[in-house]
Amino acid sequence: MSTKVNLCGIEMDNPVIPASGTFGFGKEFAELYDINCLGTFSFKGTTLDARFGNPTPRIAEFNGGMLNAVGLQNPGVDHVIAHELPEMKQFFHKPVMANISGFSIEEYVKTCEKLDKEEQIGWLEVNISCPNVHGGGMSFGTDPASAKEVTQAVKAVTTKPVIVKLSPNVTDITAIARACEEGGADGVSLINTVLGMRIDLNKKKPLIANKTGGMSGPALLPLAVRMVYQVYEAVSIPIVGMGGVSSAEDIIELMLAGATAVEVGAANLVDPFACKRMIDDLPVVMKKYRIENLKDIIGGAH
Amino acid sequence: MQQGYFTILSNEPLTETVYEMVLSGDTSHITNCGQFVDLRLPEKYLRRPISVCDYNQETLTLIYKVVGQGTEIMAKLPVGTQLDVLTGLGNGYDTSLSGDHPVLVGGGVGVPPMFNLCKKLLSENKKPKVVLGFNTSEEIFLADAFKALGVDVYIATADGSVGTKGFVTDVIKTLDYSYFYSCGPMPMFRAMEQIMTTSGQYSFEERMGCGFGACMGCSIQTRSGYKRVCKDGPVFIREEVFG
Repeated sequence: MSTKVNLCGIEMDNPVIPASGTFGFGKEFAELYDINCLGTFSFKGTTLDARFGNPTPRIAEFNGGMLNAVGLQNPGVDHVIAHELPEMKQFFHKPVMANISGFSIEEYVKTCEKLDKEEQIGWLEVNISCPNVHGGGMSFGTDPASAKEVTQAVKAVTTKPVIVKLSPNVTDITAIARACEEGGADGVSLINTVLGMRIDLNKKKPLIANKTGGMSGPALLPLAVRMVYQVYEAVSIPIVGMGGVSSAEDIIELMLAGATAVEVGAANLVDPFACKRMIDDLPVVMKKYRIENLKDIIGGAH
Repeated sequence: MQQGYFTILSNEPLTETVYEMVLSGDTSHITNCGQFVDLRLPEKYLRRPISVCDYNQETLTLIYKVVGQGTEIMAKLPVGTQLDVLTGLGNGYDTSLSGDHPVLVGGGVGVPPMFNLCKKLLSENKKPKVVLGFNTSEEIFLADAFKALGVDVYIATADGSVGTKGFVTDVIKTLDYSYFYSCGPMPMFRAMEQIMTTSGQYSFEERMGCGFGACMGCSIQTRSGYKRVCKDGPVFIREEVFG
């Protein structure tokens, strides 16, 4: 029995990847368990300059998940390279996925250029789909021409595999995925959070200070499965699936839809051991569904 | 931090909206007063962070106010219910800075963490005094428990029904203290900032995603950059935040 998968040329022991923004730079989780059991993890969305992010409250909840509007709080790429990566080396010994974001193409390029030189980084996950920042983020991910332009610009400055993270907040996600593929993307990851809002009944105003926030959690799984399934038919590059994944069964479902690897987001926040549990459960669930090699089921539902 | 299962031993109202829940379970990962725990509740996706009022080797006491759907669910949980709890979260109060006679200031639902802090200071042979602020006499809780520890307890009520009429600051102004520790609403901290004459520590409250430093949902700006209330706090030195 094998849980191994190959994502854009890099072998992974299993397809499980904690999603950016739910795992920091790994250290809070490394205090709890040996995170080398993971396939890899996607570190906190990093921008060229340090960002505080949005005012609080940044978090809300609904029946089936949560909303966040953190707004890409991060210490900036230079700090990540100088401090976070060397610290990470002490407890994580696999290639890590660098999640980056920007407010202009130039910013995406400069950030990727800097990270390209870092040996620890296996993949660059280029986030063109953050719904919680203004004047950047998602605006690149909702227009095929912009998505292609960012992808081309980033690809020109790195030899590492580039995985473009897509937004579900579009009419046709396959058009964006195809544009990324045309721009030279080595893979796409989807879905980022779905734009939502909650209103405080006492104050009669939006609950989150940013008003809107990105929805995540179990309620999103069917949306993610549908979009991964559609994108699988539209492109030939690998897909990293995510959205509401809470169990080993969910991982298998997204892989059947077409995902080569699977990211786990909100689940990490309610159960800090979520990814470890899913990795431990995978062989048991594979046996139940008579799966010998996990990589054989990728796109199996088509 | 540790994830473990706790069983509810009691869950009783202290006032109309404030409840005391006593749970049994492994408390060995609670390392300091002023820390909090994060409870997974039936039917709710996110955990609920609640400050630790008191604990010993086998039991954990939480005092919480019913303010929303999560705490409404908590208040209805019957004795014997098992809960998934993260323990040992946050930094807690640093008692090494207290001096000989610190003042402990709790406002409303900020009162509970003062209790375990008070016990710790007493065990260090210090002479804490306690100032508690409530809106009205019906909302008062824990005052007798503090008195039973043998410390001076001063109460301020906004309507003057018990103790000093006014706010905690009206009492503090009349006291001599070597340092202060506080937990309560932000307007109380702002009022204290106008009158406190020593350094001190405030415990902050913020809506949290995870409670253990992963999501950046509860960040605040401090003089040394942004900090997570859940992981770097909830307790911050006065000068860090308001300096």
